[in-house]
Amino acid sequence: MPRVKIPRKSTAIDMTAMCDVAFLLLTFFILTAKPRTDDPVPVDQPASTINEQLPESDVAVLTVGQKKVFFGVEGPKVREELLKQMGAKYKIEFTQTEVNQFVALNSFGVDINNLKQFLALSAEDKKNYVQPGIPIDTTETSQFYDWVREARKVNANLNQKELKIAIKGDSKEEYPTIAMMIKALQKQKVNKFALITNVKSALK
Amino acid sequence: MAELDTSGGGGKKGGKVRTKKKSTRVDLTAMVDLAFLLVTFFMLTTTLSKPKAMDLTMPDKDEKKKDEKPVPESRTLTILLGKNNKIEWYRGLPGKPYQGTAPTTDNFGKEGIRKTLVELKQKIAQESGGQRMIVLVKPSDHSVYKNTVDIMDELNIANIEIRAIVDILPSEVELLKRDGNY
Repeated sequence: MPRVKIPRKSTAIDMTAMCDVAFLLLTFFILTAKPRTDDPVPVDQPASTINEQLPESDVAVLTVGQKKVFFGVEGPKVREELLKQMGAKYKIEFTQTEVNQFVALNSFGVDINNLKQFLALSAEDKKNYVQPGIPIDTTETSQFYDWVREARKVNANLNQKELKIAIKGDSKEEYPTIAMMIKALQKQKVNKFALITNVKSALK
Repeated sequence: MAELDTSGGGGKKGGKVRTKKKSTRVDLTAMVDLAFLLVTFFMLTTTLSKPKAMDLTMPDKDEKKKDEKPVPESRTLTILLGKNNKIEWYRGLPGKPYQGTAPTTDNFGKEGIRKTLVELKQKIAQESGGQRMIVLVKPSDHSVYKNTVDIMDELNIANIEIRAIVDILPSEVELLKRDGNY
């Protein structure tokens, strides 16, 4: 007796759904990923056991490395307003193109008098340009003092929130640079900082 | 599902001979492969961890404060940060160590300062009837930023809330120099 043959099904599977899912995930990851911004100087963050996250807005990041201080603040609106305020303070007129360039800048460390030339550089040149760091001393007349002060004012006006100062320092940075920066900040009664660290487990 | 009707439209009486339409089905395997490859790539390259931040509160620099109480020397621990990741600590006030204890050189890490902190915390709590230890951290010019973060972290681990980062005194720099930590 001939066996009843079960008709073979095709081995081709409908991949449409899988394809949909894959691309959905892909889109999700691309859209949620925040591009990693390069630090102007290599920064090797020290590790700590703290597990508190840094807020994503209302924060100014001071990058410290190679005895230089770099300043950056979150939020395009804040940056735009900040540059206008600083321009007014130092009597430097910035064009709209320059403002746009500045808004795209994550952090910078140049003298405000050289800021125009720096903003005019192409993206590639900006990367290669060795930034000298923001002029800083412990008195109330340094540019660093003004950048922080204006940023705090602008943020308070625009977002109705206190600007949080975060310090992103290099592990090997000697303490005097940090001390000077902290002193300059304390001049304007900023006594609370956040130190950006990597994560490590408590038990070694 | 996502297939079109490809049944070639036959069945009419005396219908014309039509060329059989080819299936519109596309093999999506390659596309799925590619998509997952990209997903994997993005997942691996993005830094998932957002920056972590440690809060640091500096003592107020305002000299006009009047309600400041003197620091009780019996409960004070001063930690000096020297070069090469060395620490020196002593109890009591600057210049006059508590009960004549000599400053001790210590290391970071589990066996070093962490042990000291935990032991001293208990000791001071016993001696002073449950009152808490006060820690003054004094980074010297030759210490690195990492040391400051590490010591604050150790204080966090040991759960010591009363602490401050203070400027180092010349006499303490001498102390570090004497012990070869400056």
